[in-house]
Formats: sequence, structure tokens, C-alpha cells
Amino acid sequence: FTKAKFDAATLDELEDLLIQADLGVDTAQRITQEVGRQRHERGLDAAGVRGVVATEVEKALADVAKPLVVDNAPKPFVILMVGVNGSGKTTTIGKLAQKFRSEGKSVWLAAGDTFRAAAVEQLAVWAGRIGVPIVKKDIGADASGLAFEALEKAKAANADVLMIDTAGRLQNRSELMQELEKIARVIKKLDADAPHAVLLVLDATVGQNALGQVEAFQKTAGVTGLVMTKLDGTARGGILVAVAEKFGLPIHFIGVGEGVVDLEPFDARDFARALVGLD
Amino acid sequence: MFDTLQDRLGGIFDKLRGRGALSESDVGEAMREVRRALLEADVALDVVRSFTDRVRERAVGAELLKTVKPGQMVIKIVHDELVATLGSDAQPISLAAAAPVPILMVGLQGSGKTTSTAKIAKRLQDRDKRKVLMASLDTRRPAAMEQLAVLGQQVGVATLPIVAGQSAVQIAERAMQAGRLGGYDVVMLDTAGRTTVDESLMAEAAEVKRVAKPHEVILVADALTGQDAVNTARAFDGALGITGIVLTRVDGDGRGGAALSMRAVTGKPIKLIGVGEKMDALEDFDPERIAGRILGM
Ligand SMILES: Nc1nc2c(ncn2[C@@H]2O[C@H](COP(=O)(O)OP(=O)(O)OP(=O)(O)O)[C@@H](O)[C@H]2O)c(=O)[nH]1
Ligand SMILES: Nc1nc2c(ncn2[C@@H]2O[C@H](COP(=O)(O)OP(=O)(O)OP(=O)(O)O)[C@@H](O)[C@H]2O)c(=O)[nH]1
Ligand SMILES: [K+]
Ligand SMILES: [Mg+2]
Ligand SMILES: [Mg+2]
Repeated sequence: FTKAKFDAATLDELEDLLIQADLGVDTAQRITQEVGRQRHERGLDAAGVRGVVATEVEKALADVAKPLVVDNAPKPFVILMVGVNGSGKTTTIGKLAQKFRSEGKSVWLAAGDTFRAAAVEQLAVWAGRIGVPIVKKDIGADASGLAFEALEKAKAANADVLMIDTAGRLQNRSELMQELEKIARVIKKLDADAPHAVLLVLDATVGQNALGQVEAFQKTAGVTGLVMTKLDGTARGGILVAVAEKFGLPIHFIGVGEGVVDLEPFDARDFARALVGLD
Repeated sequence: MFDTLQDRLGGIFDKLRGRGALSESDVGEAMREVRRALLEADVALDVVRSFTDRVRERAVGAELLKTVKPGQMVIKIVHDELVATLGSDAQPISLAAAAPVPILMVGLQGSGKTTSTAKIAKRLQDRDKRKVLMASLDTRRPAAMEQLAVLGQQVGVATLPIVAGQSAVQIAERAMQAGRLGGYDVVMLDTAGRTTVDESLMAEAAEVKRVAKPHEVILVADALTGQDAVNTARAFDGALGITGIVLTRVDGDGRGGAALSMRAVTGKPIKLIGVGEKMDALEDFDPERIAGRILGM
């Protein structure tokens, strides 16, 4: 942007920036129009413009930036991790387990991905790293049976948190989506309120398909909150803005690497500033 | 979406009925709708721009045929141009090199490299009767090597024995040696996922390429990718000189604009598509089909 007060071309440039961050055409246009409206009221230079855009993005996200509250009333607090293939479910469980442990909570893991090659081993490595118990069965076992057994064991051990991993699945595969519904239904036999949180893990590189993911997983799995992974790459995850506007689901965490410490609380202001390139 | 684009274009062109040829301004309005449709399908913005420029050029002055509605004609031009950009002829994995032919698989974290490695190995073995060895160079992700070993057992393809403590480059050297000594036709090298801004991991991949001298460097990318597809494709191509692309999760309901973005910025062919988690869920790339999806047809 030039030093001078900006014109229509600058607004187009701005819309482009937002589209390139995956906000989608409608959300990008809405924000651009809002910034355009404000240009009359304030004489803004390049940095100023970005600042206003960041503020608009932040506004759209402020209400959904919420920490995950783990209350200890019904022990254990059961978290079900869901999402499409490869989004980062298993890794996020490892990172969260470490976070809960460092808060002094006792944590159990359930290797509920009984489908993918070495998925159980992958979670077992994380359990070993952090030093938490894991309930697992052979590949091909029924995931809801495994989840039931894990909750029984975690209950008996008076654990604070149980995290259940699930196999990745695309949201248009209705038979696989039904499986998630079944897991939730089966563990309710042991605790009518379980799962207490259902976290949908979104990959930051995803485009407009994220809207369909949120819709389908919310409908069949009862998603209560979101985690966005892989924000350490070049993707800026702008679809979250459209997701926030459409669904209003809480966003709890972001993943910023593959290591155990690479998990941060979702912060609307930081996210918005990174999105428009202000750091 | 096709209906929407068709409806929108229909609406724009209805008022033109009875005119001889499309003017610049008639087409300009239509191109705004095409742009929106492509962006909603996740085609990257700069790719959309050059694409609509080409379509505009072809559409301006095009004769309005009596039998065809102008909206449909523009959609046909868009469709044909999409197919042309995506690459009209299917290009298989090339094995035209001295055995063992090294094939290097690269991509972002979780894109589907390990799964695709095993699927391709199975295909080369079952269809092309090649003796294939697979090796995991992923020293980072928990149980990555076990994952490839399990898949190798499932499809009946040999995997390089796991030796703890070796670097990716050392494993690549060992794999090529085992490939030569074992009389293998193909050695498939699966690598750890990496972000393109991770300089040390990108350098590691370049070093692997230097020692293994792969005949194919395949970028494995998720069909659900949004605008970042261009960054990813450019960065991997720039650092490693990719020879082709495998697009995964085409079994999803994503519109697949990433295919157009990646092909357009690298000029490298999309060779295969992944259409499921099972080992036989691999298909040849069909530009017609992807073009139809991008347009929502
Ligand atoms: N760079 C980066 N990589 C990540 C992040 N989170 C996960 N990953 C990587 O993404 C890849 C996939 O992660 P997983 O945790 O296996 O994903 P998943 O959703 O469990 O995958 P499936 O179970 O196969 O569906 C792995 O290589 C992880 O190390 C992140 O925040 N940043
Ligand atoms: N539905 C579907 N799932 C796929 C496809 N290809 C791979 N997957 C799944 O995607 C997830 C990730 O696949 P991997 O092969 O582990 O991906 P990767 O690129 O090796 O991951 P990292 O090594 O962690 O970077 C797994 O759950 C696979 O089963 C596909 O074409 N369709
Ligand atoms: K023309
Ligand atoms: Mg997993
Ligand atoms: Mg892998």
C-alpha cells in the first residue's frame, strides 16, 4: 500500500490478501468492505490498513477464542479427538497429554485408531514419551469397544483425563461417521455426560472444505471445540474466520510444530496479526 | 455449484440473446462469476487470474451459436481450458532408467506420502511385475518406519530393515545399496513430512536427492489444500525439482482446485490420485474428471 490514503485498487489488494489466506470470497469481501467504510473516517497508510484488517479479523474470532476447560467433577474428563485423515489428531493428543501432566493431572490414552497401519504404535510412543498409561488392542478391533474398556480402566484408576484417539475419516463417508456416533453412544453407558469434549482437528493448509468438515463432524460427532494444526508452515488458516462466523464453535489450541511443546492456546489477536503479515 | 455458475452465467447472457458475438464487456462480467467459482473451488488466486485472462481471450469475439446458450458456451470454454491446463495426457510413473530406479516421495506432514508409497509399490509390483523395495527415511515421526513396514507386509512388498540411529541420508544410501545387491527394479524412498519453511529439513531432502539420484521426485499433496497449494508446490519444486504430483484424498468432497494450482505453477504432471485409505485406492489422473469437479459438475 502507498503512503497516500488508499483507493479502490488498494481495497482490491486487500481482498486478494485475505483470499490468499483462505478466508473465502464472501468473508474476504465483507471485511474489505468494512475496512473501506472506515477509510473515510481515518487517513490510513499501509501499516494502518493492515492494522484495521487485523482488527476486523480479530473481532470475528474474539468470541470463539476460548480455553478448554477441564473440570474434575465427573472423573475422568473424556476428550474424543476427531478429524479427517492426517490432520494431526494423534500428535495433538500427545501434546495435550504433556500439558495436562504438567498441570498435575493424571492422564490416560485410548488407542482408538484401530484401522491405520501403526496408528497404535504411534500413540504408544507418545504415551511412553510422556509417561502415561495407554489402553490398546490389536488392529481391526472395534473402536467403540476399545473406548468403553479404556473409560472403565481410567475410571477405576480415578484418572483426571482420558483422551480417545480415532482413525482419520473424510466427512463424506457416512458409514465411518456413524462409527464416531457409536463411540460416543457406547461410552455414555459408563458416563452419561461423556465425551465431555469432542475436539475437531483442522489442518491449517485446508481450504474451503473445512466448512464441510466442521458441519459434518459437528452433526455426527457433536464437536465442542476446534484445534488448528500446522500453523508453523506457510498456510495461515484463514478459513477459521469463515468457520467462526458460520458455526461459532470455540477454538482452543493451535499446533505450531511436531514436538511435544508445540501447542499454544488460540489467541485471536496473534492469529489475526499473523494472518495479515503483522508480527 | 455447476448449476450456480450456469445459472449466474445464464442470467448474465440472457440479455445478450440475438447478438452476433461476445463483446469484451459481456465477457468481463462473466469472468467475475468464473473467478468466484474457481476461488470457491480453492484454485489459488494468481492461478485464477492468469486462467481467466486466457478464457477471456478465447471467449471475446466467439460467435454466439443459435443452438447453444452463451452461458453454456462460456462454461465449455472454461472447461476445455481447465482440461488443457491440467494436462490432457495421462503420464504414468516413469521407470525408464537403470535399475534399481529410485523414486523419492516428498511433501508436507500428513499429506499421504507413506500410504501412497505403498500403493505405488503395490501397483508397480502387481501390474508392471517389478521387484520393489521400500525404505522409510522418516526418523522423526513416531512409528513412521513401522507404518511402512506394516503396509509392506499388507501388499507383499519388501521393506528395508529398520536400523536405529541412522540419518535419512544414511538410510537412503543403504536402501540404494540393498536395491543393487538384491536385484530390485525399483527403490521407493518415503521421507518425513516437512514444512517448506523448515530450512534444515528442506536441506536434508536435497541431500537425500543428491545421494539417491532419484529418477522421479513425487510431491504428495492433499486435494483438500486451499490457497497454500501454490506455496507448497513452488517450494518443493524449487528445492528438489519435482517430476510429478500425486494428489491424495480425492475420495473426499473437496473441489480439488489445488490440482489446478499445483499443475499451473510447476508445469509438472499430476500422475496419480489417491481415492481412499486402502492399498488399491490409487487411480490414474483424469483431467476431465478433476475439471468437472472444480466446476462442480
Ligand atoms: N509442522 C507440524 N506438523 C504437525 C503438527 N501437528 C501434527 N503434525 C504432523 O502431521 C503429521 C500427521 O499427524 P498425526 O498426528 O499422525 O495426524 P492424525 O490426524 O492422527 O492422522 P491419521 O490418524 O492418519 O488420520 C505428522 O507428521 C505430525 O508430526 C503441527 O502443528 N505442525
Ligand atoms: N481418504 C483417504 N485417506 C488417505 C489417502 N491417502 C492417505 N490417506 C490417509 O491419510 C493419513 C496420512 O497418511 P500418511 O501416509 O501417514 O501421510 P504421510 O504424508 O506419510 O504423513 P507424515 O509421514 O506424518 O508426514 C492416513 O490416515 C492415511 O490413511 C487417500 O487417498 N484418501
Ligand atoms: K476469441
Ligand atoms: Mg492418528
Ligand atoms: Mg509418512
